[in-house]
Amino acid sequence: MKQESAKRRRTTIRKVLNYIRRYWVYLGLSILLAAVTVALTLYIPILIGEAVDLIVDQGLVDFAGIAAILKQMIVVILLTAAAQWVMNACNNKITYNVIRDIRREAFDKIERLPLKYIDAHSYGEIVSRVIADVDQFADGLLMGFTQFFTGVVTIFGTLIFMLTISVKITVAVVVITPLSLFVASYIAKKTFSMFKLQSETRGEQTAFIEEMVGNQKVVQAFSHEEEALERFDEVNERLRKYSLRAIFFSSLTNPATRFVNSLVYATVGVVGAFLAISGGITVGQLSSLLSYANQYTKPFNEISGVVTELQNALACAGRVFELMEEESEPADAVNAAVLEKADGRVELSNVSFSYTPEQRLIENFNLSVQPGQRVAIVGPTGCGKTTLINLLMRFYDVNSGEIRVSGIPIQKMTRKSLRANYGMVLQETWLRSGTVRENITMGKPDATEEEIIAAAKAAHAHGFIKRLPKGYDTVITEDGGNLSQGQKQLLCITRVMLCLPPMLILDEATSSIDTRTELKIQEAFARMMRGRTSFIVAHRLSTIQEADVILVMRDGSIVEQGRHEELLQKGGFYAKLYNSQFAK
Amino acid sequence: MKKLLVYLKDYKKETVLGPLFKLLEASFELIVPLVMAAIIDTGVAAADGSYIMKMCLVLVLLAVIGLVCSVTAQYFAAKAAVGFATKLRHSLFAHIESLSFSEMDTVGTSTLITRMTSDVNQVQNGVNLVLRLFLRSPFIVFGAMVMSFTIDVKAALIFVVAIPLLSVVVFGIMLISIPLYKKVQAALDKVLGITRENLTGSRVIRAFNKEEDEIKSFHENNDILTRVQLYVGRISALMNPLTYVIINGAIVALIWTGAVRVDNGYITQGEVVALVNYMSQILVELVKLANLIININKSIACGNRIQAVFELEPSIRDAAAASGGKTEDGGQSPYAVEFCHTGLTYAGAGEEALTDIDFAVKKGETIGIIGGTGAGKSSVVNLIPRFYDVTAGAVRVDGKDVKEYALDELREKVGVVLQKAVLFHGTIRENLKWGNAEATDEELLRALEISQAKSFVEEKEGGLDFEIEQGGRNLSGGQRQRLTIARALVRRPEILILDDSASALDFATDAALRRAIREMEGETTVFIVSQRAASIQHADRIVVLDDGKIAGLGTSGELLKTCEVYREIYYSQFQKTAGGAEA
Repeated sequence: MKQESAKRRRTTIRKVLNYIRRYWVYLGLSILLAAVTVALTLYIPILIGEAVDLIVDQGLVDFAGIAAILKQMIVVILLTAAAQWVMNACNNKITYNVIRDIRREAFDKIERLPLKYIDAHSYGEIVSRVIADVDQFADGLLMGFTQFFTGVVTIFGTLIFMLTISVKITVAVVVITPLSLFVASYIAKKTFSMFKLQSETRGEQTAFIEEMVGNQKVVQAFSHEEEALERFDEVNERLRKYSLRAIFFSSLTNPATRFVNSLVYATVGVVGAFLAISGGITVGQLSSLLSYANQYTKPFNEISGVVTELQNALACAGRVFELMEEESEPADAVNAAVLEKADGRVELSNVSFSYTPEQRLIENFNLSVQPGQRVAIVGPTGCGKTTLINLLMRFYDVNSGEIRVSGIPIQKMTRKSLRANYGMVLQETWLRSGTVRENITMGKPDATEEEIIAAAKAAHAHGFIKRLPKGYDTVITEDGGNLSQGQKQLLCITRVMLCLPPMLILDEATSSIDTRTELKIQEAFARMMRGRTSFIVAHRLSTIQEADVILVMRDGSIVEQGRHEELLQKGGFYAKLYNSQFAK
Repeated sequence: MKKLLVYLKDYKKETVLGPLFKLLEASFELIVPLVMAAIIDTGVAAADGSYIMKMCLVLVLLAVIGLVCSVTAQYFAAKAAVGFATKLRHSLFAHIESLSFSEMDTVGTSTLITRMTSDVNQVQNGVNLVLRLFLRSPFIVFGAMVMSFTIDVKAALIFVVAIPLLSVVVFGIMLISIPLYKKVQAALDKVLGITRENLTGSRVIRAFNKEEDEIKSFHENNDILTRVQLYVGRISALMNPLTYVIINGAIVALIWTGAVRVDNGYITQGEVVALVNYMSQILVELVKLANLIININKSIACGNRIQAVFELEPSIRDAAAASGGKTEDGGQSPYAVEFCHTGLTYAGAGEEALTDIDFAVKKGETIGIIGGTGAGKSSVVNLIPRFYDVTAGAVRVDGKDVKEYALDELREKVGVVLQKAVLFHGTIRENLKWGNAEATDEELLRALEISQAKSFVEEKEGGLDFEIEQGGRNLSGGQRQRLTIARALVRRPEILILDDSASALDFATDAALRRAIREMEGETTVFIVSQRAASIQHADRIVVLDDGKIAGLGTSGELLKTCEVYREIYYSQFQKTAGGAEA
C-alpha cells in the first residue's frame, strides 16, 4: 500500500517535471541565481564580522580597512538583491506558465470526456480539480521553488562557511539542530489526528447548515427552528472542543522551534566566547557565527513546512492528472463519413445498451423510422426515456447492435456531422452566461437579426425578450439565474428554431411552460416538424397522440410500440397510463 | 465587524492574558542581544569563564521563560478565538433561522451558508492571529529601537530612519498588491465559471458542436489569468530584495557609525554587535506584520459580511398580542381561510404579484388553484401560513387575521407541501416526525398510506428506519414527493396545502393520492395547486389565476362555460372529445 502510493507520487513528480521542462531556461537561471543569492547572503555576515574585528576599542579603529569592507558589502548587497529579484521573477514565470498549461489540457480533456464520465461525477468535484487543486498545486510549487531550494542551499552553505571559521562550533550546532526538526515533526504528527477530527466535525456541521439553511422554508413551515438550533449547538460545541485542541497544539510548533533556536544560539555564544578567550576566533568571527546560528536553523523550520505543502501539492497534481488521464471519447473512425444533410431515415437494429452491466436496460431493440415520421416516447418517470436520446445523439455508444442514419451506421460518421443534423431541446434548460442573442445563435452564429427575431417569435419568446432590460443584448447570468424556468425553456426552443436541422429531439421540451403557451408552441413545433424526423419525449399524453410511432417504456425497456389507437385498443400499459389522466 | 466583538465578552480574561504573555515573551527576546554583548565585552575581554557560563545560563533561562510565556499565550488566544467563533456561529444560525421567506429570497441561501462556514472560520483565524501577533510584532520593532537608544543615541538614529523606510516599502507593496489580488480572483472566477458551465452544459455544447469555441474561450481567459498572476507576482517579488537592501544598508551605516563611536570611546565592540543583531530582528518582524495585516484585512471583510447578515431584520415577527399563548376565538368562524382584497408585492419587485384576491373557503372544502407559470398560484397559498406578509388587504384563518396569531400556532394548523420535495438526512421515521414529534408508528403508516408511499417504504430496507441521504438522493423524485406529502399529513393539519407537489407522479398515482386525501377522516380543508387540469378538476371549487388576478372561480363545469382562461388550459390538456384529432 505504502509502496504503491510512493510509486504514484514518483510518477506524479515525473509528470510535473515534464511540464516544467518546457521552461528549462528559466529553471536553470532560477537554480543558478538561488545559489548566487545564498552564497552572497552568507558572505555578508563574514564581512560584518571582519568589520567588527577592526573596531576593537577606543582609538583602535581601522577606518580605512572598514571603509574598504563596507564598500565591498554595498556591492554584495546590491548584487544579492538583483539576483533575488530575477530569481523570483523566474519562479513566477515557471509556476504560472506550468499551471496555465495544466489547466488548458485539463479543460481540453473535459470537452473530450465521454458523457458517461461527466454524468457519473459531480460537477463540483471536477471543477475543484481544475480550479482549486491546480491553484493549490501552484502555491506548493512556488513555495517549493522559493523556499525549499534556497533553504537546502542555505543549510549547506552555512555549514561550509561555519566550518571555515570554526570546526568545533559547527559540530556543536550540527548536533543540536536535529532536535528542532524532531520537535516539529512530533508536533505535526500529534496534531494531524486532531486536525482530522476538526475537519470531520466541520464537514458535519457544514452539511447540517446546508440542509437547514438551504431548506429554511420547510424548517419554518414545520416550526422546526428550535430543534434545529439544538442540534446545531450540539455539533457546534463538539467543534469548539476539537478546534481548540487542533489550533492550540498546532500553534506549539513555533514556540517550540524557537526554543530550540534559542538553545543553539546560546550554545554558539558560549562555545564561541570560550574559543575567543583562548584566541581560537576573533570577536568579529563570533558575531558572524551568531548570525549564522540564526540563519542556519530557520531553513529547517521552513523546509518542514514546505515538505507538507509540497506533499499536498503533489496530491493535488495527482488528482488533476487523474482527470487528464481519463479515457477520452473514442475518436471518430479514421475514414468516418461526414453526414451532409440527413434524409431523416433512422434505423435501430438489435440495439442493446445498459449503463452498468448488472442492470440491463435496452435489449434487442428494433425500430425503423421513415423520413418525416414522428416518434413519441412515453412512460412513467425514471423509465429510461432519456437513454434512447443519449444513444441517438451518440452521447453514449450502444453495447451491441447498430443505429443508422440515412443508411450509414452512426459509428462510421463523424460525431460532429451527426449531431449537427439533430436539433435538441432538453428538459434541463441550459444557457451559458452571455447575452440572449449569443445563446440563441449557438447553432447558427451567422444568423441575421431578422432570422433571430423570426425564430424568437415562432417560439413565443420574442415578447418576454423585448421586455428584458436590454432586449436581445441582456446578459444572462450563469445558468440563467435571472430568468424563470419557463423563459429559459423558451430560449432553448428558439435556439433550435433558428438552426432548423433535419431531425429533432424534444425531451420534455415544454415541461416548464404553462399549458396555454405550450399549446401555441406546439403549433410552431408542428410546423417545424413537418417533413422532419422527430423524437419526442413527453409526460403529457395529449401532446403525442398524433405521433406515427409511440414507444411505451417501462423500467428501462420498451414494452409497447404502435400508434395511439392501436395501443388503446390493445388495452395494455399505454391504455392504463392514458386512462389514468381522466381518473376520478 | 466591531459589533461582532461582543462575542468575545465571555473571554475577557483570555483576550487580555493572551497578548500580555506574548509581550512578556517578546521582552525576553529583546534582552538576548544585550546578554550577548555582555558576554563579549565582559566575559571575552576579561577572559572570565565563570561569567560566560553564568550568562549562558541566563540565555537558557530566557529561552525557557520565553517558551512558557508563548505557550500560555497561544493557549489563551486559541481558547478565546475558538470560543468567539462558536458563539458567533450559534447566534448567526439562530438569526438566520428567524429570517422570513422574503429575506431568504433576496439574500440567497448559498451566500448565507458561506457566511456561516468559511467566513466565520476566517474571522476565527483573524482573532487568533491578532491576539497572538498583533502586539508582538510592533512591540519588537519599537522595542528594538528603544533598546538601541539605551545603547547609543547617535547609532539609534539609524533605526529611526530605517524603520519608517522599511514600513513604507513593506506596506506600500502590500497596498498595491491587495487590489491586484482581487483582480486575480476575478479572473480565476471567470475560468471557474467557464469550467462549470461546460460540465453542466456538456450535452448542449456537444449537440451544437461548440467544443472548439469553448476551448478557445477557455484558453483566452486562462491566458488573462496567467498574465494578471504574473503581473502581481512581479510586484510582490520586489518585497524581498528591497527590504534586504534597506536592512543591510542600515547595517553598513551602523558599522560605520559604530566605528566612529567606539573610536571616540562612547560604546564598546560588543554593543556594536548587539546593534547589528537588533537590526536583523526588525526585518523578520516587519515581514510577519505585513502578512498579519493581509490576514486581518481578509478577516475584517468577512466580519463585515457576517455583520450584514445580522443586520437583516426578519420582516415577519410574532404579533405582540399573540405572544401570550393560544388565542381563544379559534374555530368559531365557518370559514377556514378568507382572502379579503389581498394584494402582494414582493420586496424589490415593481409590480404586484397578486392583485385583489378575494374569496373565502369553508371548512372541509377542497380548492383547486390553476393558472399559467407566474400567474401567482404559489403566492396565494404562501400567504396562508404567513410565509409572506400581504401588502394590501388581509388573510384570515379561522376568522382571525394571520398577523394576530403566534407564528407557531398558525403554522401548526397548516400542513404545507412545497413544490420542491425536500427531505433531510436521517431515517424516514425522523423525517415524518417533523410533522408531529409525538406521532406513533400507526399514525406514520396511515399517513404513508394516504400519500401512496406505504408500499415503497415497506420495500425499503428497514422500512421506516430506512436511512435517507442528504437531499434525499437515494430516493426517486416521485418517492420524495410522496414522503413530503406524508410528512405534512402526519401533523393532521386543519388546512392542507399541496403546492404542485404531485408533479413527479404519474397520472395514476396522482389520482389515487387525490382520492385518498378526499377520503381522509376529519374536516380538512385542502388546497391543491397544479398546472394539470386533471389534478384539480374534481375539486369543490377551482380558483383560476391569470397574471396575479382571479380570472374565474367555480366548479370545473361552471368554469368551462364562463372562464376563457380555464377553457384554454383545459382543452390544451384534454381533447374536446376523447380520441378526437386536434393538435
